[in-house]
Order: sequence, then C-alpha cells, then structure tokens
Amino acid sequence: MTRQIAVDVAIIGGGTAGCAAALNLAKKGMSVALFEQKTVGSQASGVNFGGVRQHGRDLRELPLSLRSNEIWTDLPRLIGNDCEFVRTGHLKLAFNEAEMAVLEQFADDTRDLKLDIELFGRNALHKRFGWLDKTVFGASLCSSDGQANPRLVAPYFARAARAAGAHIHEHETVTGATKNGADFCLETRSGKSVHSATLLNVAGAWAERIAGWFGDFAPLQPRGPNMQVSEPLPYRLNVSIGAVGGGVYARQIPRGNLIFGGGYGWTDRDKIRARAVVENGREATKRMVTILPWTQDIQVIRTWSGIEGFLPDGIPVIGPSKTTPGLFHAFGFCGHGFQLGPVVGEILAELAMEGRSVISLDNFSIQRFST
Amino acid sequence: MASERIVIIGAGPAGVRAAQILVAAGIHPIILDEAPMCGGQIYRQQPPVLQRDYSELYGFEAPKAKRLHDTFESLRGSVDYRSDCLVWNLEQKNLHILHAGNSETISVDRLILATGAMDRILPFTGWTLPGVFTLGGAQIAFKSQACAIGRRTVFLGSSPLLPYIAYQYAKAGAEVVAVLDTTARAAKIRALPGLLSGGMTFIKGLYFMAWLRTHNIKYEYGVTPGEALGDQNVEGLRYTDQRGNQQMLECDAIAFGYGLRSEMQLADLAGCDFRFDPVSCNWCLALDGHGRTSVRDIYAAGDGATILGADAAELSGARAAHALLGDLNLGSQDTALGRLNQELDRMNIFRSALERAFAYPHHLAKAIPDSCIVCRCEGVTAGEIRSAVHELGADDINRAKAFCRVGMGRCQGRVCGPATEGIMAAVLNRDQATLGRFRTQAPVKPVPMACVWEKPPEDIVL
Repeated sequence: MTRQIAVDVAIIGGGTAGCAAALNLAKKGMSVALFEQKTVGSQASGVNFGGVRQHGRDLRELPLSLRSNEIWTDLPRLIGNDCEFVRTGHLKLAFNEAEMAVLEQFADDTRDLKLDIELFGRNALHKRFGWLDKTVFGASLCSSDGQANPRLVAPYFARAARAAGAHIHEHETVTGATKNGADFCLETRSGKSVHSATLLNVAGAWAERIAGWFGDFAPLQPRGPNMQVSEPLPYRLNVSIGAVGGGVYARQIPRGNLIFGGGYGWTDRDKIRARAVVENGREATKRMVTILPWTQDIQVIRTWSGIEGFLPDGIPVIGPSKTTPGLFHAFGFCGHGFQLGPVVGEILAELAMEGRSVISLDNFSIQRFST
Repeated sequence: MASERIVIIGAGPAGVRAAQILVAAGIHPIILDEAPMCGGQIYRQQPPVLQRDYSELYGFEAPKAKRLHDTFESLRGSVDYRSDCLVWNLEQKNLHILHAGNSETISVDRLILATGAMDRILPFTGWTLPGVFTLGGAQIAFKSQACAIGRRTVFLGSSPLLPYIAYQYAKAGAEVVAVLDTTARAAKIRALPGLLSGGMTFIKGLYFMAWLRTHNIKYEYGVTPGEALGDQNVEGLRYTDQRGNQQMLECDAIAFGYGLRSEMQLADLAGCDFRFDPVSCNWCLALDGHGRTSVRDIYAAGDGATILGADAAELSGARAAHALLGDLNLGSQDTALGRLNQELDRMNIFRSALERAFAYPHHLAKAIPDSCIVCRCEGVTAGEIRSAVHELGADDINRAKAFCRVGMGRCQGRVCGPATEGIMAAVLNRDQATLGRFRTQAPVKPVPMACVWEKPPEDIVL
C-alpha cells in the first residue's frame, strides 16, 4: 500500500544533525518528514565517546564548533533536557616537546576565539592534575569544552522536533530518491512515497550512497569507535582527556564509570552491526594505563561500537549538492561530529530555507572530491 | 578433521555428557568451565575442606551427581580440562579467556555451548536489602559453603526449586518460616496430568511438599510479594495471601526466585538466533532438532540453550555431541539422535506442565512500584524505566537501556532483563516477546583491565 506524503523538507537520517534540522525547520513553520532506518541517534550520534570538544579541532571546523558550543549550553531551553552536558574542560596531553609544540600552535592559532585555553608545563600540570602519570610532558586545557551523554542527544532533539510538528519516522529506510522537475521523490521500504521541495542528506555512514543517487561523489569509509567502560570508581577525572595525535581518550562520569576508547571496532554497514574488537583497542588501553596508572587494576564491564562515516581529509561534507539544486549534504564527520551536531542542524535549516548559511561552508563542499 | 579443535564451554550435566560422547568417538575436546570443579550448578561440588557425603549434599539426586562426577573423572585423561576459566568474549572463532587473573585466547573450530542458567527474579520493594538471596544463591550457600543464608528463612517465588530448597534447609536444621508460592493452587491442579508424565521426578516433588507439611512448615499458594522489611538487614516480609489479606512474617533471610533463565551471552556474541518461549516467558536459543545453533559449527545444550532441567541437559549434551560427530562425518548418528530426541520429547511434556505448576508471574512486573530499584548495578528504578517509555518513546528493551542505563552495569542486564521486559510490556500493552532482549557486549562478566591491554599468549596444551 503506497502512502503519499508531501512536505517542504525531507530528511534522510536521524542523527543529531538530522533531528536538529527537523526541529529548526519545524519551529520556522516548515513541514518536515525525517526518515531513520533504525532509531534516532542509534549510530554515530549515539555510540560515540561523548566528548563535546572544540579543542584541537581542524581550524576549518572551528567557526561551526564555536557556534555549536553556544547551543550546547542552551539545550535545556531548546530541547527540554541538558543531556548530561557538563562543561568539564578538555585536557589534551603531550608526551614530548614536538607534541607540546602542536598544542602551543593551536593555542596561538585560536588566541582570538575565547576558547579559554591554558598551557601547562610538566610541573604545573602535575600540581593541578595529580592523577596523571609523571611521564606526561605537558598539556593544554580548554575550559570551555565539556562532555555529554550521547545516547540522549538525538532522541531529545527528535522529541522536541515532534513537539514542534515534524514527522519523525523511525524504522523507515529510504530505498531510493530522485528529482523530477521541482520535486524530490523518495520511496521507503514500507511503501511510503514522499514528495518534497528540499532534501537533506544526513545519513551518516550511509550518506555517500544517497549522494550517489544524484551523481554526487564522496569517498566515504565506514568505521566504528572502539569504546570501553569500567566499573564505577571514585570520581577524580574531572576533565575529559585526549592526546596529541589521538590514540586514546577518556572521561569519567559522576556516577564513577570511566569511559575510554581508541582504535576502531568491527562494522558491517549492510547489516547495520558493529562491535568493539579487543585486539584493536589494545594500544589505546595500554596508553591509558600509562597515563592514568590508577586504572591498571580496574575492571572493564562493557565494550561497544557503532558506525561512523570517515572522509580522507578528516573533515565533513556540509553544503549543497554539486548536481542537484535543493539537495544538501552533511556527513562524514570522521568520528568527531558529536559536538557539531546541533550547529549542523541549524545550518541545514538555513540552507533549506534560504539556500545559504551564516557560517561559510566553503571548506566543506562535496566538490572537493570531484576530479 | 582429526586436527579440528573442539571446545566445550561448561562442565555441568550437558557439558560432561557432550564430552563423554566425543571422547568415546576418539576426540579430545578442550573443556572450559568457570567453576573450580565439574558438576555445574545442580551437581556443584563442595570445596575439598568439606566432607559431607553425597546423600547429604544432593538428596535424591545423589546417584545422578555421583554418576556425573565419576564420568568426568574417567574422562580426565582424554580431555584438556580447564577449571576456573571465564570465557569472557567470543570474536569470530576466538575465545577470550580469563584464568587465574590472566587472559588467554583460544581459536576453535567447533564449539559446544553448555553455559547453564541463572536465577530469574522480579524485584519487589526491599529486595536489595542484605539478607535477600535468590533461590539458587540459597542453594549454593548450602552446597558449597555448608551454611544457610539466615537463621529464619522465608522461601518465596515460583519454581520447582522452591519446595526442594526449603526441604534441604529444613532437613539440615535451618528454620524455614514459610514457603510462599506465587502460583495459585488451582494452576497446580490443572498442571497435574502433564506432571504425571514426569514419573519419579514428580513423585520426588510430591515428597518434598509432603515432608514440609508433616513438619508443620507453612506452604501457601497464590501469594503476592509485598515488601522486604528492615533497616540494615531483612527483618520481615510483607505479602498478600491468596484471599487478598495483608500478612507479615518475621524472618532474617528471604530466598526468592521465579525459575531460571539461560546464560546466553556467548551465543549472542557469536550471532546465534534466539526465540521467545511464551510458556516459560524466556528467551531460548533457536536450535535445529539436533542442537545446532543458527551459526555454523556452534552447538548448544542444556539449560544454557533452553531451560529443561538437569536430566534433559544430560540428554541434550549428548545430542549436541552426536550432531557434531555427524558433521565431522564420523559415521551415522541417526540412531543415537533419534533415541535422545524421543526421550527429550517426553521430558518436554513434563517441563511444560512444570512451567504451569510453577508459573512465571509476569503480572507482577506491572505492579513493581516506581520507587523500586530494578537494575541494581546502575541504580535504575521501575519509574525511570517507565519514563524512558513515556518521555523518549523507548519501544524496545535496548532503547530503554540507552535512555536510562537499565541493564548497562556489571551484570549487563542478566538480573534485571526479565523485569525490564515485563515492565515495558505492561506500559506499552504489548507482548513481552516484542521488546527484544538485552544485547550482549563483551566482556560477558567484568574483567581486569589487563585482559584488554596485555597481549595474551596462545596457550594450548594437548
């Protein structure tokens, strides 16, 4: 049985960006239908580490990241829940002079942005953060960063979007989409036929296939984070930590559990399945035990993964299609899109309504992958 | 073929009988067991310092326990038996093992899962007080530590174990305050025709009930648990009797439970299919008629696949081994498989009757108060689970887990899973089977950090 749906904007993908776009559009009076193959926030948006970080980002992403940081603070008003967002700060560690130089460079490059960055040499670092191993050379602290519970963010955006009038369809796979004349036409697995003037492709690790339906190309690779969590421990890790060059990251929630990750898990994009792989997490875990020696004898209670989209240059695609007017993409956040989700929703709403966004998207064009 | 590495996980009734069949066919399996000695939960052995004889420990089941232990002893020279081994992860065909604080990996060609079962509970107010145990826990204290869980114990729930453990306790000299059965007497009577097919097992059950009666131990039917009372420790139990009257019993320990649930985490990590059994309200492994799971080269037997009890576990253990031998082209196994399935079919009739005589009280999930903790690992209350449904629209159990952390802690929902399913089914007015089951994520049980960062040696004896 075919059901016809006609909306202003159709959205494929129920991650934070998609749900936030739906909310922004619905609040502005647009009719919106979002389609999510599983449940909202069940992949990259929901399984990630939970770091809400501007620190150490690619400088091209910073204008987005700064705006998003404001939205994070505003979540209770915007979606009725803070999603456990706490501005704990993010501490990035260096193990030698060269790594320290990377941190100094970032602090220098972002001096005018009010990120609230503080550099620590060895002595000052160990005085301030006594739980760190003495081998850590130095670090940079970004106090305006924080952490949140990734499992709540997209669902609360979806809930708010529904309340604002958007239609959020879960367990509804879009099997194909075309543009006929002025209208996009989407077909779904359950037999819905959707017509819209605008189409937003925020389908995460699946988005490059949808881009491909319209002749857009991006060399996306699916990957999964390799996440672990410990039993509850006395609370002491009062900042989120990372290291220059990645490798390992960790945070502790007030309940006491230490969440940490590094390396990649196993993913099967077709079956929509993912899991952590012990072997792949070994180096990261070893490194964490070195950085936080008191974690050596703790117990690991759970591991997990999920499916994220990666692009070769480490930054996402955000912006209009190269081929099709009215189609906009936002995907390939390379494992660091959690913090950006809210602002990307805002940008997509601007693109859908005005065709352009306040923040420049020149660096994120899908055209950069065209030969 | 002779070089294939065959591993049995679990050395209870199913694992031991599987090993016996394999050894008889000239195969030397590796047996990994979490316990220090073979026997599983039901035929668990006491530590060497204790000297009670078989009849004192196992009662009527003493001959079966002895046979199983003896069989295993006779196999010791032909199997690579590793006790105290927790298999905490399965990635493709690699097993991750925790033994004496160290991690090892073993790659396997074929695997028989005989992982057993654990108590199934439904929380009630006060169940987290010290002094409240599961029925199985009360029995382990008795068998393995030669002690009772309290001086004055109430036994509560719905399980064939209920009269049996009460009898064991009373016979050993502990005071049994009362046995409170949540199944109504009428349901027991309706189950009688099926129960009769159980032969000796049924007669033994009758004997326990009669023994309790002749020793003036109160046995009530159709009760509804109310609240475990007490401040630091259990001091009493409030409940509603079958006539609807509030009652209170003084006690210093409560053992409760509603039958068993299969330990299926490894099968889940292997990607095996499951099915929901509406009679027992339990998730079971989906098996072909011969103990093969849906995943190639993985077999399953015993209560770890479907709750059928110890006698059936021995048969299904043998069945899985015969299926495996057939798959190795070691001669036709049809006769053996046919005979085993005939016996298992007969036991199934008894088992369904038993499931009705000691019915799972799924209606109790609806009545769990909002303030009652359901997931004790993460401190999640029934009210928070209901909110996850109302507020964020959780429509399956893993969504509820994502939203409110139920089942996310140390035990990964092995304890709170059935209750969470029941609570959500009631809120959503849906069949419990439609809510799914908690997805397993490694480790199966908590493991020391060293397991995930030290490269384990590939360590195989034999």
